[in-house]
Amino acid sequence: MLATLFFFVIVVSLYPLGIGPEVQLLRRIAPGVVWVAALLASMLSLGRLFGNDYQDGSLEQILLTPQPVYLVVVGKVFAHWLVSEIPLVVIAPVVGLQFGLSENILAIIVASLLLGTPVLSLIGSIGAALTLGLRSANVLVAILVLPLYVPVLIFGAGAIEASIGGLSAKPYLLLQAAALILAVVFAPWATSAALRISVE
Amino acid sequence: MLEAVNLSCARGERRLFSGLNFSLPAGSYLQAFGPNGSGKTSLLRIVCGLAAPAAGEVRWDGTDIVGLGEEYFGAIAYVAHQNGVKDELDPIENLRISSGVAGNALSKREAQAVLERVGLGKQQHLPARLLSAGQRRRLALSRLLASRARLWVLDEPLASLDDDGARLARKLISEHLTSAGMAIIATHQEMGLSAGQVQRIEL
Repeated sequence: MLATLFFFVIVVSLYPLGIGPEVQLLRRIAPGVVWVAALLASMLSLGRLFGNDYQDGSLEQILLTPQPVYLVVVGKVFAHWLVSEIPLVVIAPVVGLQFGLSENILAIIVASLLLGTPVLSLIGSIGAALTLGLRSANVLVAILVLPLYVPVLIFGAGAIEASIGGLSAKPYLLLQAAALILAVVFAPWATSAALRISVE
Repeated sequence: MLEAVNLSCARGERRLFSGLNFSLPAGSYLQAFGPNGSGKTSLLRIVCGLAAPAAGEVRWDGTDIVGLGEEYFGAIAYVAHQNGVKDELDPIENLRISSGVAGNALSKREAQAVLERVGLGKQQHLPARLLSAGQRRRLALSRLLASRARLWVLDEPLASLDDDGARLARKLISEHLTSAGMAIIATHQEMGLSAGQVQRIEL
């Protein structure tokens, strides 16, 4: 689980080291860098979401419980988010300092990650469920899931960019919230269907 | 009452069985025999609703299980080839979590009592990765005791158990049948249960 966090920190830190201390340029690329790093980091841990349960047979037991699978999936995704995404949200302001960003912009970064990372976990769970038991699961998850992450990336980076440019980040954050609501409603449903297919 | 109507199962191009009919009233058990790869596990997975049959249907009290969904899952307990045991957790945690998810929450004391019954009283605080294959099997079977399921679906329940464990498993299943339960058992050896009406199918 710590691997996700270190990956995020290292990727975000590589840019200032590689580009040099030009504050203007760093501020310009910060929103994209933070979000792309968050997308890639969140993909790293997707294999563990259902992988262990699938291998040791617990997944079958979970699918045969009288609970709706939807709720089970919501619980698993929430746990995944708490363990592997919340640390990114917490550490983001610290690594953001390397880009010469002010406090209120760092606050916007936290807000946009807080709204966007659950969407990453939810969409990622569909990919993780579909690729269960496949040999090249990790690569396939990336191909399946990264295109679906694009809206999260655009709105998330948009919020940070707007606040750097002195505009209000609110419309972007609202769009992110809308994406979150959509994902909470539909993604667990798709994931449950995918799990049933993978187990069969 | 469980009924299978004209079940058939195909794996890829190969047809494993077809036209399979049986009905299982309360207090009886069905034993599915067959060599490796004959479709015993596939039959059990179809009966559980984990896999869909190529044709035919499984009925529970007269209704197709596809329409019953969670209501049916509350009435069955499946012990698969894989034990579904989490290595990092000890037997008590394993049992309490799996029973809790299955809708019969156990207190710590109840879980201890169940584990004593299956002979894991001394190992209840060991991480499950330290358990032997037979002890893991006992842990998987302990879930049956904690559940209120009417139908037990068992895939090679005696696998890796010692003589004592096999006797225990037979006793548990017999008791379940005596209290009007049902069981479907895939195995290549004779179960020889002391209770219950037996039906045999050869796959």
